[in-house]
Amino acid sequence: MSARATTATAQRVLWQLRRDPRTIALVIGVPSVLLLLMRFIFERRLGVFQSVGAPLCGMFPFTLMFVVTSVTMLRERTTGTLERLMTLPLGKLDLLLGYAVAFGLLAAAQAAIVCVLGFVALGLHAPHGAWLVGLLAVGNAVLGMALGLFISAFARTEFQAVQFMPAIVFPQMLLCGLFAPRDSMAGLLHAISDAMPLTYAYDALHRATTPVALGSGLAVDVAVVVGATLVALGLGALTLRRRTA
Amino acid sequence: MADSAIEIEELCVQRGGRTVLDRISLAVGAGTVTGLLGPSGCGKTTLMRSIVGVQRIDGGRVSVLGRPSGDVRLRTLLGYVTQAPSVYGDLSIEENLRYFARVSGVERARIGEVLATVGLTGRGAQVVASLSGGERARVSLATALLGRPAVLVLDEPTVGLDPVLRGDLWGTFHALADEGATLLVSSHVMDEAAECDELLLMRSGRLLDDTTPAALRERTGEEDLGRAFLVVIEQAERP
Repeated sequence: MSARATTATAQRVLWQLRRDPRTIALVIGVPSVLLLLMRFIFERRLGVFQSVGAPLCGMFPFTLMFVVTSVTMLRERTTGTLERLMTLPLGKLDLLLGYAVAFGLLAAAQAAIVCVLGFVALGLHAPHGAWLVGLLAVGNAVLGMALGLFISAFARTEFQAVQFMPAIVFPQMLLCGLFAPRDSMAGLLHAISDAMPLTYAYDALHRATTPVALGSGLAVDVAVVVGATLVALGLGALTLRRRTA
Repeated sequence: MADSAIEIEELCVQRGGRTVLDRISLAVGAGTVTGLLGPSGCGKTTLMRSIVGVQRIDGGRVSVLGRPSGDVRLRTLLGYVTQAPSVYGDLSIEENLRYFARVSGVERARIGEVLATVGLTGRGAQVVASLSGGERARVSLATALLGRPAVLVLDEPTVGLDPVLRGDLWGTFHALADEGATLLVSSHVMDEAAECDELLLMRSGRLLDDTTPAALRERTGEEDLGRAFLVVIEQAERP
């Protein structure tokens, strides 16, 4: 591992983003527009807006990073730049961490803006501080990145990579407890949701946006999310092979 | 030859049940410009990938500068240019070179030198996606030159280039060899064979001949190297 190769990669990814202002605008703007939309959908049921919208502020970066990373890494694989990098003095972890730093910064910007909109302008409550939601959001972003990186190995085209979002992200969103309490789900689904990392990401956000003591539950949630991220990163690193068929 | 920069013994590669490289043995002399020639699909790229250590191999031994291919220490000694330019289309020429220079631990001053070598001085700010195919190939080549590699493996670097530039590049290759570098350059155009010090002729995954342009002409009695290659193929297929 080398700090030089990691920072070089992070800077390169940021250079690439800078050349693509439309993507930056979409990444920064879309979550805010969706949150605004949600506020007016629940115009007469602001309680629902609080229970869905507040945790969602910390979940947008997860979906963003999943799709951005899987497409970018797939591009790196198909254009031959990954193969070139594998012949250079660059560790796999340098590459992964470089991506994590660059996209983590983007995710932090996204989370900051949507949190300011939600918790300042739209009146959502974060009893433990909006900063906690923002921090959890960045953690979820890194989880999304790690999953996207791993999944990109199974896509041959960008079209397939994008389709992995409904396949991998949507079921987790539906089962995590955001739309219906997990206790009210069919037993099998409840068991499946126990095994999905986003369930714990949501649980942490739920705790951060409700006026209850955070307790050790939050620590468990964070530990599970961090653990799932490390496992996905490890699996992702395994898919970056120096030698291929 | 006194010293070999690349040595291959009984290399076998299979892909999807098909034999792509069939017991290839060869040596590439240090400080030479060696041409790897053969029709498209004969296994040139697979052989080059095996040398740079990104190809999974099924048998045999490949060593570069006395180390097994893929060895960590070779990563700063070996330059590889893939057939399709492997640079970032959404970055400028300069940004591409700055990134690869930092990854390879090369000082920034070197960027101007490699740009001059490939004839792209003053074009650094241009975004790679807006370049022609030939220009993109030259950016890819410049990237590989950054670390002054002792061994350069170039997969069809002159395809689609204008004749003047192609001549310049062959001049560059020989200048690099004169400074001590070893170059393995593939091509499917026999015209280019005349530019090489040594020749490796391949067909259908097998090495047909390991020779020089002069020796090839003499042995086959053909002045034209394309015809000479045909004679070699005929001889190889004669039972």
